[in-house]
Amino acid sequence: MIATPNKHVPRHQIVPLGQNRARISSIGARSFLLEAPGDFDLASQRRIWALSQTLKGWADLAEIIPGMTNLLAIFRETPEEPEQIIDRLCAAWDAAQSIDLSGKTIEIPVHYGGEFAVDLAALCDLSGLTDQEVIRLHHQGTYRVFALGSAPGFGYLHGLDPRLYMPRKTVPSLKMEKGCVTIGGMQTGVAMLTGPNGWNSIGFAELQMFDPLSPMPAMMAPGDTVRFVPERIEL
Amino acid sequence: MIEIIETGPFNTVQDLGRPGYRDIGVSASGAMDPLAVRIGNSLLGNDEGAAVLEIQTFPFCLRFDRRAVFIVSGSDGAPLLDGIEKLSWCAHHAEAGQVLELRQPPKLARAYVCIAGGLDIAPVMGSRSTSLRGGFGGHAGRPLQKGDRIAIGDDASLLAVPPSGLAVVEPLVALADVFPQSTDGAVLVRALPAGEHGLFAEDGAAFWNQTWRISARSDRTGYRLSGDPIMPTDVVEMRSHGVVPGVIQVPPGGEPIVQMSDANTAGGYPKIAGVIECDLWRLGQARIGSRLRFVRSTHAQARAVEQAVARYIEDVKVTSGMVKRALKAFA
Repeated sequence: MIATPNKHVPRHQIVPLGQNRARISSIGARSFLLEAPGDFDLASQRRIWALSQTLKGWADLAEIIPGMTNLLAIFRETPEEPEQIIDRLCAAWDAAQSIDLSGKTIEIPVHYGGEFAVDLAALCDLSGLTDQEVIRLHHQGTYRVFALGSAPGFGYLHGLDPRLYMPRKTVPSLKMEKGCVTIGGMQTGVAMLTGPNGWNSIGFAELQMFDPLSPMPAMMAPGDTVRFVPERIEL
Repeated sequence: MIEIIETGPFNTVQDLGRPGYRDIGVSASGAMDPLAVRIGNSLLGNDEGAAVLEIQTFPFCLRFDRRAVFIVSGSDGAPLLDGIEKLSWCAHHAEAGQVLELRQPPKLARAYVCIAGGLDIAPVMGSRSTSLRGGFGGHAGRPLQKGDRIAIGDDASLLAVPPSGLAVVEPLVALADVFPQSTDGAVLVRALPAGEHGLFAEDGAAFWNQTWRISARSDRTGYRLSGDPIMPTDVVEMRSHGVVPGVIQVPPGGEPIVQMSDANTAGGYPKIAGVIECDLWRLGQARIGSRLRFVRSTHAQARAVEQAVARYIEDVKVTSGMVKRALKAFA
């Protein structure tokens, strides 16, 4: 796989996404975003995890933020030769093998329905499923933590049954409670902070998943497996 | 100790932030004008990243309960010590019981109170900055309140400041050729095109050419800009990816949002550009209602600015050290 240089635009600005080619763009002068080609699936994410491992060995990097089939690399200082950074990232992507992180399994007890499941009815309308079917499909799923972000300890979970896909709200809920079990597009997760939130809530989880004072503040890590266990169903 | 005797909302303890945890969703936080913090601390002989107070709502008053050396940086206004005007960007002595008062700066947005020895606060995840969203770090994970008491770290060089103070040439003057000013008062902020710049076609030019206004719905998390909306030619489904302060995203309404110090760690709106890191402090000092223009920049230019700022800070450190040693020798 070769990242073909595009001669017509300044390469250090935007390298377009190709058939098998990663797309690279910058945010400010020190950060570079690499977006994997192809589908939003576990195979792409495993390669992002592999790339992330490789990049941990780069001394000039300040921070590596794996996202959803993409990765943001933040350099300590503005690179002298941004073109070289693009080449290095492309080469690292091309060389990245798929790895599977051997994560832990986390079981999250969920109270489905009830006062916090404010979007359950809308999801039933959208999917044509009954509330019981929605809940069954959600808790029968096995999810992988693709990446963390957005709020402290928040894990983006992949593996949602396509029948439960539900777009994010155009107008976010102003005050969604921490602990709400939510669906955003093709992803699911548990809200980590009380506040504005565009995802759709179908239940509530009590589990404490972030502690800033712990040596390992976030309970979830990329590669972990997550299962939702129905503790109570209130319809 | 210092005691807060008057404060508005959203004044916080900050330092240079908590980078390194974005991969678990923790925003970096840190001062909106990191340059003011680095200079204030450097002049005092503190570590660049020692904890300071970030004051963005005024008036603000604190009382020293022991002798201390302080500097108010960032601000273009003069602080009052027991009612007497003092220079900002200048290290002064305060005696036990004296009251430091900060009034609304004439033009800028934020002032920093840096104290020799730094604020003695336990770091959380490697930083003393306040994570307002997470509710941890800084002073009890929240904005300052009247009656709060904060310990000051030990400082060995307390006497090495002359009674008239020890001043530094402020960055807008010292680095006048590095941070250009507009003739019409709009803040000039350099940025590089980001991933979805091409999606905006003609509106891309409208982004760079127009003068934006910082709307009232702006805070440490981000600045919402008002102006002629810019629209992408195509709606793209973005996958969530990491973002950093300075990213300029365009939500469906077409009015850009610039993420600031408390930026979310992930985003998915199309991003038209990203502010160069060394210009973020200029945004941090731009008040709600002020006008700004983005200037298309390059990596090479960003690097030159970065190096000029580094030389300036090094110069402050070296000179301040020399002056203090000389004063000690005369004492």
